[in-house]
Amino acid sequence: MINFQYLRAGSTEKALALLAKDKNASFIAGGTNLVDLMKKGVSSPDKLIDINKLPLKDISLEEGHIHIGALASNAAVADHALIREKLPLLSMALNKGASAQLRNMATVGGNLMQRTRCGYFYDITMPCNKRKPGSGCGALEGYNRMHAIFGHSENCIAVHPSDMCVALAALDAVVVIGQPNGERRIALSEFHRLPGKTPQLDNNLKANEIILGVEVPLNTYGRHVQYLKVRDRSSYAFALVSVAAALELDGNRIREVRLALGGVAHKPWRLTATEAFLRGREFDPALIREAANRSVAEARAFKHNKFKITLAAESIVQALSEASQQS
Amino acid sequence: MSEKFLFPDDTDRVDGVAKVTGKARYFAEFDLPGLTYAVLVTSSITKGRITQLNTRNAARAPGVLAVVSHLNRPVTAGYESKEGPAMRIFYTDRIFFNGQPVAMVVADTFERATHAASLVEVGYEKEAFNTDFDGSLDQVKKPKNPAQGAYQRGEADAYKQAAVSVEATYTLPVETHNPMELHGILAFWNAADKLTVYAKTQGVKATQGTLARTFGLPAENVQVFSEFVGGGFGMALRTWPLEIGTVMAAKLVGRPVKLVITRDQMFTMVGNRPAAWQKIGLGASRNGRLTGITHHSLAQSSVYEDFMENITGMSKFMYGCENVNTTSGIVPLDLSVPIWMRGPGEATGAFALESAIDELAFKLNMDPLDFRVLNDPETDLEKNKPFSDKNLKEAYKRGAQAIGWKNRVQRPAQLTEGDWQIGYGVSTGVFGAFRRSATVRAVLNADGSLVLQSAASDIGPGTATGMVRIAAGVLGIPASSITFELGDSSLPPAPSQGGSSTLSTVGAAVNDVCLQLLGNLKELAVNAGLKADAPFADILKKNNLPYVEVTKESKGGAEQAKYSMYSFSIHFVQVKVHRRTGVVKVSRIVSVGDAGKIVSPKTAKSQMVGGAVGGMGMALTEEAVLDSRYGRYINNNFGDYHVPVNADVPDIEVIFIDKPDPHINPMGAKGMGEIALTGFSAAVANAVFNATGKRIRSLPITPDKVLQETAGV
Ligand SMILES: Cc1cc2nc3c(=O)[nH]c(=O)nc-3n(C[C@H](O)[C@H](O)[C@H](O)COP(=O)(O)OP(=O)(O)OC[C@H]3O[C@@H](n4cnc5c(N)ncnc54)[C@H](O)[C@@H]3O)c2cc1C
Repeated sequence: MINFQYLRAGSTEKALALLAKDKNASFIAGGTNLVDLMKKGVSSPDKLIDINKLPLKDISLEEGHIHIGALASNAAVADHALIREKLPLLSMALNKGASAQLRNMATVGGNLMQRTRCGYFYDITMPCNKRKPGSGCGALEGYNRMHAIFGHSENCIAVHPSDMCVALAALDAVVVIGQPNGERRIALSEFHRLPGKTPQLDNNLKANEIILGVEVPLNTYGRHVQYLKVRDRSSYAFALVSVAAALELDGNRIREVRLALGGVAHKPWRLTATEAFLRGREFDPALIREAANRSVAEARAFKHNKFKITLAAESIVQALSEASQQS
Repeated sequence: MSEKFLFPDDTDRVDGVAKVTGKARYFAEFDLPGLTYAVLVTSSITKGRITQLNTRNAARAPGVLAVVSHLNRPVTAGYESKEGPAMRIFYTDRIFFNGQPVAMVVADTFERATHAASLVEVGYEKEAFNTDFDGSLDQVKKPKNPAQGAYQRGEADAYKQAAVSVEATYTLPVETHNPMELHGILAFWNAADKLTVYAKTQGVKATQGTLARTFGLPAENVQVFSEFVGGGFGMALRTWPLEIGTVMAAKLVGRPVKLVITRDQMFTMVGNRPAAWQKIGLGASRNGRLTGITHHSLAQSSVYEDFMENITGMSKFMYGCENVNTTSGIVPLDLSVPIWMRGPGEATGAFALESAIDELAFKLNMDPLDFRVLNDPETDLEKNKPFSDKNLKEAYKRGAQAIGWKNRVQRPAQLTEGDWQIGYGVSTGVFGAFRRSATVRAVLNADGSLVLQSAASDIGPGTATGMVRIAAGVLGIPASSITFELGDSSLPPAPSQGGSSTLSTVGAAVNDVCLQLLGNLKELAVNAGLKADAPFADILKKNNLPYVEVTKESKGGAEQAKYSMYSFSIHFVQVKVHRRTGVVKVSRIVSVGDAGKIVSPKTAKSQMVGGAVGGMGMALTEEAVLDSRYGRYINNNFGDYHVPVNADVPDIEVIFIDKPDPHINPMGAKGMGEIALTGFSAAVANAVFNATGKRIRSLPITPDKVLQETAGV
């Protein structure tokens, strides 16, 4: 750990101005990811800009969508009446993340920005292209049980660890980004990147930007949603595979469907082709099985994570079945 | 004699309030004037030499008092001799394992020491190394101790001729103790030849001895305090190099130095349960009589020091079988040395043996419980001696009733509950019951209160609570008037807390010293014209005595040679296995302890509960993953090294047979720390088989393994 300067920003403008001044500055929100990264020597910002005082904690119903401020804690979002009623899938996903203590500290912005949990990324004596471009990928030929089966490259096979983002991807959320002179919006499914040749870039947030919040459109799935998280223990473990599933049923007909996987790629893995395949059909076990098989057809696994292909398919079946039965 | 004991009613843990209110002080919580903080710099290579150690920037950093290494360590008596372990901290430039301490930064605050440690630059010359256990099973080193080598009675490999037989290989990964409390020490030189340490140790006398030898001091010049320990599980059974290094640093800076290592350092500096490979062959006649047991074991050790535990022990005596042969070996790797971990050896062996027993019972189409009962021997065929006490048939029966064993279906994969498959499993656990030598001082005060003192330890089981209850039982006074002091090397000697022997050893000494005290008091009473059973306070008053003090050493006798002494456990579990995701949940647990008289029901139950939770971890989640290309652990933190969380753990029912062992000690009480965990993992594996028809022979049983295994039936 190296010495750093700690600053507190009182307004979004101030925060952005401080950020603009120093190329090696970093925002700190809940600190649940960044502080660990600093202790491990993975991140060494020389300035920490504490943004907790910014007025970005609001959770509100707007025209056609729900707005969630970037500094709302994971716990506050999960337990908010509006979220539980209108976006139960998000509530489920958040509550299956981390532990109660972490959820109390972790923020929406921090959750979007959290870095991979790949062991090679965390150990600075090991090769990792994400941490040190050009040093190689330790996981490729190493221990890769937790790693990606979709969208990986020879440079990086890490996964994005978030649960919240998987639900947000399924719910067509939009990330609201603040810039030195204005705002921009980007679909959540476009926010995170695939590793390609630049695994050091997790997402498309620019160096001079801040996340202000997310907007989640109101939807018609009602209670027909499920966030299934398969993990090594019942709590406080990252997903081996997770599935966010949402259905709009008309009797037995699938009028609308959303599916996204977690724990399988460098970003939340939205299954748009599967959604298109299911849309308009009658919900039945054979169809769901077929959809699950199609979903993993392109998956490519490594030495220790072959099980994820089967597990992803099985989990899709399970999540869709459970979502269809929720009432 | 123990029948005569009148144990008081269930006593709360005597230090419970202190623990939950923060009054109990652990080594890292002591503060001395001028206290300084140490942080370790560790090797990033696995084998080779340090070619360059640049400490200049670190030494110049704010608040830094010293950077200790092999270049500048103080003269240390124990280091000047070539005898002793090759790996000693700051001894030479040699690197034996990745994560080995190479330097220690001491500063006036922890943060400054941490920062300065990041400024130490180390250059290495790397050498080829090997940390791959699975790939090195042909590189076996035979144990030096012949008792740990080969064993045979009757014919070797008799299972191969049996009417019904199984042969299978079982593997276990490295498990780490990782108690909640991090390891470390606080050291202070009161004078050039006088040392005081606040330690985290399972034996204050053992720590005292090691430090005295290493620094060339008379033992009485080394004062060790360790009243409270935040869990040990075996890892604090030796004085680790990092402790020696801290004492050196304290000498160098002339101020108290405190070192608390980090969680990732807990994976490389304080031992582990070694990875193990085992092959078991079992044979039986068609009517279910065991005719052959063969058990081969290999376990990981280090290149610089041999470590070997008794993995095949249970196979030699647990079942009534004429033909038994076992072998044991170690595979030395360029890793830090392992150490005993809860149920050492036996927990590893029991996973294999008790899984194999279940496999054979299945092949015989017998209920595994009936199979065990049928083969439960009357005498120990290994030692050729009667068991001092064993009530397994009763234990099997009571456990079976409590778990609802009758609901189990012999054919696997028959019971379901929604998407979950239900199964039941059972396993036996065992550990030797010992009685060593200990001395206890008893001081009865004028007000009738009693203080007992012994240099025993309490790593969590509730040592003092048990001792107070034994004393209360002998003297017939309330437990609340008795205090038991421990964790201080200046108290009368007691052995380290290991091998489930504290209650038996120190408890017997408490019993004996109290009996003597009682005798003395009766004499004093009669001499003073009082009735022999007059209240103690009256006796002292009448005799004008401020206190009465008795010190007594106590140890086992001839009975130890006459009997085979063991504690036993039976673990019953019900599991649910998700038919699609392979997730295993332990839904019910019944653990039965057959460990003689239960001296302290509450703390005894806690032991069994803790052991079952530890057993769940061993069975389902715990695995320290090493990348053998680098010799480094990948999941060296609590987020990735999974111990069970509350949400995993169901209600745990504990049953005690609670019959005194007539031979082991005056209380008839045997140890329970190890049996609480031993065998548990096999019960889970057996239940998973019963639920799914999938036999998983490699721990931990994670969802991927369940998914990838095909049902064998
Ligand atoms: C042991 C452990 C287990 C966990 N398990 C899970 C799990 O199962 N599922 C899961 O989803 N998560 C899990 N987490 C991760 C947790 O969700 C994240 O650590 C948390 O969401 C990060 O939020 P934070 O506010 O603490 O971020 P910080 O640590 O404060 O910041 C993280 C990053 O985000 C940046 N940042 C923060 N806010 C903004 C903003 N408004 N605009 C731009 N940049 C910003 C910071 O600069 C920093 O780079 C776990 C974490 C731990 C430590």
